[in-house]
Amino acid sequence: MRSNLMPVVGITVLALVVAACGETAPSQPAGSPGAEGGRLDLVRERGQLICGVNGALPGFSFLDQATNEMSGFDADFCRAVAAAVLGDPEAVEFRNLTTDTRGPAIQTGEVDVLIRNTTWTVARDTSWGLFAPTTFYDGQGVMVRAADGIASLEDLADATICVQTGTTTELNLADVFDARGIPFETETFSEIEQTYPAYDEGTCDAVTSDRSQLVATRTTLANPDDHVILDEVLSKEPLGPVAPLGDDQWFNVVKWVVFATFQAEESGITSSNVQDMVGSEDPVIARLLGGEGDLGLGLEADWVVDVISAVGNYGEIYDRNLGPGTPFELERGLNSLWTDGGLLYAPPYRS
Amino acid sequence: MTAAPGVDHRHASVPPWRDVRILRVVAQVAAVAAVAAALAWLGGNLVTAMSERGLAFGFGFLDNRAGFAIPDSPMPYEANDTYGQAYLVGLLNTLFVGVLGILLATVLGVVVGVARLSDNWLVKRVTGTYIEVMRNTPLLVQLFFLYFAVLLQLPPVADSIALPGSVYLSQRGLFLPAPQASPAFGPWVALVAMALALALLGRVTSARRKATGRRTPPWGRIGLAGALGAAVVGWFAFGAAPLTLQVPELGRFNFSGGMSMSTPFTAILIGLVIYTAAFIAEVVRGGIQSVRRGQVEAARALGLSEGDTLRLVVFPQALRIIVPPLTSQYLNLVKNSSLAIAVGYPDLFKVGVTMSNQTGQPVPVIVLIMGTYLAISLVTSLLMNAYNRRVQVLER
Amino acid sequence: MSIETMAPPSTAVTPLEWMRRNLFSSIASSLTTGLIGGLLIWLAVNVGGWAIGEARWEVVGNNLRLFLVGQYPATEAWRLWLNLAVLSVMTGLSAAVFGSTTRTLAVSTSALQLLLALLIVPSPLGTLIPPTTSLVLGLLGNAAGVWAAFVAGRLLGPPRRWLMIGWLLTIPLTFVLVSGFGPLPEVRSTLWGGLLLTVLLAAVGIVLSFPLGVLLALGRRSGLPAVRVLSTAYIEIIRGVPLVTILFMADIMLPLLLPGEFRIDRVARAMGGITLFSAAYVAENVRGGLQAIPMGQYEAAHALGLGSLATNLFVVLPQALRSVIPANVGLFISLLKDTTLVTIVGLLELLGIGRAILAQPQSLGAHLEVYVFIAAAFFVLCYAMSQASYRLERTMGLGSR
Repeated sequence: MRSNLMPVVGITVLALVVAACGETAPSQPAGSPGAEGGRLDLVRERGQLICGVNGALPGFSFLDQATNEMSGFDADFCRAVAAAVLGDPEAVEFRNLTTDTRGPAIQTGEVDVLIRNTTWTVARDTSWGLFAPTTFYDGQGVMVRAADGIASLEDLADATICVQTGTTTELNLADVFDARGIPFETETFSEIEQTYPAYDEGTCDAVTSDRSQLVATRTTLANPDDHVILDEVLSKEPLGPVAPLGDDQWFNVVKWVVFATFQAEESGITSSNVQDMVGSEDPVIARLLGGEGDLGLGLEADWVVDVISAVGNYGEIYDRNLGPGTPFELERGLNSLWTDGGLLYAPPYRS
Repeated sequence: MTAAPGVDHRHASVPPWRDVRILRVVAQVAAVAAVAAALAWLGGNLVTAMSERGLAFGFGFLDNRAGFAIPDSPMPYEANDTYGQAYLVGLLNTLFVGVLGILLATVLGVVVGVARLSDNWLVKRVTGTYIEVMRNTPLLVQLFFLYFAVLLQLPPVADSIALPGSVYLSQRGLFLPAPQASPAFGPWVALVAMALALALLGRVTSARRKATGRRTPPWGRIGLAGALGAAVVGWFAFGAAPLTLQVPELGRFNFSGGMSMSTPFTAILIGLVIYTAAFIAEVVRGGIQSVRRGQVEAARALGLSEGDTLRLVVFPQALRIIVPPLTSQYLNLVKNSSLAIAVGYPDLFKVGVTMSNQTGQPVPVIVLIMGTYLAISLVTSLLMNAYNRRVQVLER
Repeated sequence: MSIETMAPPSTAVTPLEWMRRNLFSSIASSLTTGLIGGLLIWLAVNVGGWAIGEARWEVVGNNLRLFLVGQYPATEAWRLWLNLAVLSVMTGLSAAVFGSTTRTLAVSTSALQLLLALLIVPSPLGTLIPPTTSLVLGLLGNAAGVWAAFVAGRLLGPPRRWLMIGWLLTIPLTFVLVSGFGPLPEVRSTLWGGLLLTVLLAAVGIVLSFPLGVLLALGRRSGLPAVRVLSTAYIEIIRGVPLVTILFMADIMLPLLLPGEFRIDRVARAMGGITLFSAAYVAENVRGGLQAIPMGQYEAAHALGLGSLATNLFVVLPQALRSVIPANVGLFISLLKDTTLVTIVGLLELLGIGRAILAQPQSLGAHLEVYVFIAAAFFVLCYAMSQASYRLERTMGLGSR
């Protein structure tokens, strides 16, 4: 008999909980604890970097069957940050995130840094976290079955397109197709492990994502040669690491780790010659390798040496994971140094 | 009734720290204070953490443009609509799957529950195995199995399995012909409505007859027959058939026209139905077995057929036992529909997760989603409690 | 089997007679038998043909390690074996001392391990698991351990109290062994996976949600209105929302609810979410048991001068809990099944690791094999639990009321 009261009680308490959250608002000063320098000390204390990755994207971050270790382009940037902060590239806890969980994970500070082929947008920059320099310039593409004879987006009228939820590609897809008046249907997934098998098995006529992802995952399809990636590029997709909001020092660390890999390539420093270059006479190289201290980042003076000996410079990271010799054979394209006509450009590492 | 301890009559002389009345108040104040303090502490942390990270608590984002498409929308929805509308789509999908699932699971559950008590050994064994397998494996595993290992293994859309009556089955889903209204539809509906009204009248008069014992001509039946006849004649009489079937046609990529049940929808619906039906079957079996053997024997002695015995004697009595556990199965089904995210059906939870991600406002979205589920559960249990009272009244 | 009972008078029927009675009693029955029989034969031929011929069971066999323990380091695997051995011995001893239900448990524990060991031997399905000596020896040793402990328990007859204390100690011991403590190197919970994680999640959920649920049930029936309202509100709110939303909240919102850099391990969060969820359901079950206690019991306790704590502890709860054990076993079966939901928040328990394995290029498309294996694993565990519960119900004479 009493159970008839329950609905009322339930709602009342829910209201109370919500009210309690609201009421305490003015009494708490905003943004006091854990602000400046918090994250760097925290990571050092923990002795491990928690890095949010995809975990299922070959070439970027995936569990290597042979070694049972996380490997790939994004995973190497996690190792680079760990090497810079802790001196040990293996002091990383990789956390696999889906498109649905990555935003909250970086927002709540669950992960120290998010390196999960994440596109830089203004809304994410202000609500998710601060974007470090782009490590991979990409664009949205569409993969279709070669046998369907599709040449342009217009040929995809009424097609079902697989897309991952909570991504910029999901939003771009609606934008571009609506703008051109092409009717389409979607099939959405939150995990990469579901998206491509579903496409492969014929659930969708096309799949859309960052072109690099399409190239990488095409190799995992049953018959990679049966699929083509359309030439059309739907959008700009700059992918880069993200640091939690509100911690400038930590953001600077992540940012300069990325720049250090650019600068090392530009200066010809590689994982094999970095130890010999330490005493270099070239002032740019000497400074980069710790000749004048860490210049304010709060790291060891020779942190760049640790980074480059661990994972190599940008070119090495790229070639090892995505370049010729890998199944993906991605051209450097925009991801070349500015001196080679690309977009990689590190500001000067000096005081 | 609560298990109140006996009242202490000597309280006038005891010191306050042993006075039960005072202790009761103190204990309650302490409990409330502890819970309130814990909530305030959590809330305070939440507010601090949210303001640190620039998260707002508010539902203003519901008016913003959502920007993402939702497959399987029961109402018109496109990417240009707001988050509020996206939330509605999710809610409607959850309710749709919930209601349809409850109906189908009840039907299947009753059939299996009765079959479980069949005289036929094979039927008993097969239904028993079905129940044990369903009840002892996780629903999520069943859903993945159904979706990835069964439905997605159907032929691709171009090689759809053509079933009789222009029904096509492929890994994209089930495509059926849909009724299409023609101009003659309106008048024809009026005729059908009249038939229904007369049928209702028939029930009322027969109830009167039962109550008063006076014989009246079966006006209801006569009227019903007449109106139905008119409806049949009307189907042909208005020149065009009031309803035509629109047959799904295979276009370049997909079927167009007709009705469709997408694969994710099929997966979550079938998954929920066959899982919950196993539990309902056990509830039904327990209910039927609780009816005393003598009741069945008496009904047989009166010459009732097996079907009538079940319908008129056993079920009404079993219902009293069945309804309360059935309610919790219905609630479970609705709550379990949140597993739709596993097969990509955009229900409340999945749309909520996408919203929390695209808006970057996880906190209000989670509160909204949990509050909605709570409301759905409460309404369901209210309805079922009302029904339970009605069933219980039958006890004399 | 210990007590010889006289068999009922034999009513032996010829197989033909039996079939006439049970399969072909009427025309409708005969038709149904024919239809279902045909369907079953068709299924048996197809499914059997697939299982023996086409199925790529090596996907399961090659990844057996992942299925069982996830990415738990191989060098530390001995700790899990030791843990399993302790549990096996405890089960055997309990079977000897307590008898009845624990005996079913002991039999199924050893049978399961033997069964796994048998799978390694070549069968019509091929060699399901690449033979590893350590695996075979470990499984056989453990199965033997159960029986050895049973015999030892019979001979020595250790007091029941010691065994109870022993069981209580196995919980911290399990955690020390699995996660590492002191001289044992730490194995982070991110590496726990597969069946190991499933069992840990379920075990912690069961052990913790039970006392919490009892407290909530007492709270809901408390004479203090404030306590009653709070308990009731908790129970009804939790029961009104799906478990996924609670897990999602634990995974995403908890960091916001806790101060600064205070963080809780992800596995612990999932355990917490499952426990808090399950406690509400336990509470409702226990409440049912409490309501069944006649008022006279309370009055008698008061007449004896027992306070309300003592009344609950020594008079009411022992009776109430006894009567709700079967219902609670049912709940714990659901809890075991519900651990699969942590897959949705990205933990790699049995189902999650299965999906990770399906993402490997080598096992593409082996959905049927992987999901059949996972379903079978859960079926064996849940079915054993439900059988134990039926037996318990019978020995306690509960079902007959």
